[in-house]
Amino acid sequence: MTATLAPPTAQEVPAKRVPWGRYAGIAVVAALLLAYPLVVTTSFLQTIGVMALTMAIASTGWNILGGYAGQISFGHAVFFGTGMYGTTLLVSDGWSPWLTMVPIALLAAAFGVLIGLPTFRLRGHYFSIATLAIGMMVMSILPNIQWLGATDGLSVPFLDEGFWNLTFSLRDKTEYYYTALGLFAVTTVAAWLFLRGRIGSYLEAIRDDDIAASAVGVPVRRYKLYAVAMSAGLTSIAGSYHVMFVTFVDPSSSSDLSLSTAIALIAVVGGAGSMWGPILGAWLVIALQEYTRTYLSATGRTIDLMMFGALIILVAVVDPRGLVNLIKRGYRRVRR
Amino acid sequence: MQDLLQALTNGAFLGAVFALAAVGLTLVFGVTNMLNFAHGDFIMVAMYAGFVCWSLAGLDPLVAIPIAAITLALVAILVYAGIIRPVLGSTQLAQMVVTFGLLTFLRGVIQFAFTATPRRIEDPIVGSIRVVVGGVAVTGAQLVSAAGALVATGALAWFVHRTETGRALQAVGEDAAGASLMGINSGRMYGLAWALAGVSTGVAGALLINNFGIDPLAGASFGIMSFIAVALGGFGSVFGAALAGLLLGVVQGVVGLYLSGYTLTAALGIYLLVLVVRPQGLRGSR
Repeated sequence: MTATLAPPTAQEVPAKRVPWGRYAGIAVVAALLLAYPLVVTTSFLQTIGVMALTMAIASTGWNILGGYAGQISFGHAVFFGTGMYGTTLLVSDGWSPWLTMVPIALLAAAFGVLIGLPTFRLRGHYFSIATLAIGMMVMSILPNIQWLGATDGLSVPFLDEGFWNLTFSLRDKTEYYYTALGLFAVTTVAAWLFLRGRIGSYLEAIRDDDIAASAVGVPVRRYKLYAVAMSAGLTSIAGSYHVMFVTFVDPSSSSDLSLSTAIALIAVVGGAGSMWGPILGAWLVIALQEYTRTYLSATGRTIDLMMFGALIILVAVVDPRGLVNLIKRGYRRVRR
Repeated sequence: MQDLLQALTNGAFLGAVFALAAVGLTLVFGVTNMLNFAHGDFIMVAMYAGFVCWSLAGLDPLVAIPIAAITLALVAILVYAGIIRPVLGSTQLAQMVVTFGLLTFLRGVIQFAFTATPRRIEDPIVGSIRVVVGGVAVTGAQLVSAAGALVATGALAWFVHRTETGRALQAVGEDAAGASLMGINSGRMYGLAWALAGVSTGVAGALLINNFGIDPLAGASFGIMSFIAVALGGFGSVFGAALAGLLLGVVQGVVGLYLSGYTLTAALGIYLLVLVVRPQGLRGSR
């Protein structure tokens, strides 16, 4: 972030060093994620894992637009809801849930572009308020739409158990967990590939200074639209998976403002603009929420709200780049 | 026709409270360039402050207005000093999410202290009043909250536009560095803007409990409406926010008469329409 006028010295830019730290990090996290349902066998804890992975996928989507391109959206529940409703409708028509994901993600991407066209003219707060308003508007319309079940919502039809139907035994959540993990891996790789090349650099340039980016020839508007399309698509895939896990969708479970903010804040707590942020944030927030709600009495149920709130404030005040950055700073200090 | 008049009246009276709420929000934005997403929850806290006055000391909501205003001013100053000042120089993301954290935290604390059970003030002084003019009925609670909101909004607007300190406040909002060179303590002005926002939400909350139920999510809809009013009126414009608040109330009232499921949709729709045509809002200059 700090700008220096002097060109970087040779010491500052080591020649093509292999990022062993990153590889080790990936290996450790992958091992932990793979081993989790083997170590943890209660249905409650496995459900936490499934939900954390689902939210991590949604937040990975948000992160492309919010964390990398710096366009902070508080309306991502619209795309999550697109996934939930879209997959429910197509599965009811006899589709395999897996086959619905990409077409519905494309639909969500189209919605994203449609929303982006007018709102990307706005900057900073103005953009965020607009996304908030659009999200709320969709939520206020949904209860009036009969073919989407209005206030009653829609249920996913009962399907035979099996991978193709994305329906498994509910006694043990291992199969749900590993399919969610697979989906998380695929979406994270997709996000990484998307951001790896020029698009990623352009988006970060737009985030850091959109006027400067535009002055050096970055087509700001077009790249923001690429970002929202990818972002909406990934978040919708999370919605598609989620509806198969909970087998039900209604306006409040799919498009709530609190869902929109959760998708955004999970990424922020973990680390906005980092591939690690969503999975770290999701795991922390979901575990916190489920633990306090299940194991504390009725009055204790709000402790998760207090802790989540305090966590967000803490991250914003101490290091807005999130817990990932705190861990990285700690790691560098230890190495030195 | 009678129904329409009634709906217009109800809407205008509600709109007055939206206007008061929006003015507090726009003040903080205009001066510190920060959006307080917890603004509606300040109103919720004020409602509970009024409720505590009523249930512990038997104070009528009208008497509780100054108490709620002072309480909320203190809360706002505490919030400013504790979590807002540290992020003023930080990234936009930090500034945006910090008040989301505050919102979540406040809801949690209030629900912990008072549970989620909705509360209600019984028999406020104004509760028995009902005026009928030309077939249009107005309750005492509506009259008092609208009158109180208009007076408070007017007082705030007068303070910001007509007093020395108010002009200093505006100067900091326009150019903090320049204002500092003129000898204005910008940090103190930021604190003052938050305190004034606290006062406005305190008054709004105490007025609202005359006819609104109190629960931990009670502030959400007022928060949203003040956001839309501020965006509609032009960020930072006191007059624009007040006007937009009134307009939103009327729109909700009238739309509620014909399409009861679409009041929020209509309010948001107007905002989005204005956004496309005139992104800087009705009275904004940016």
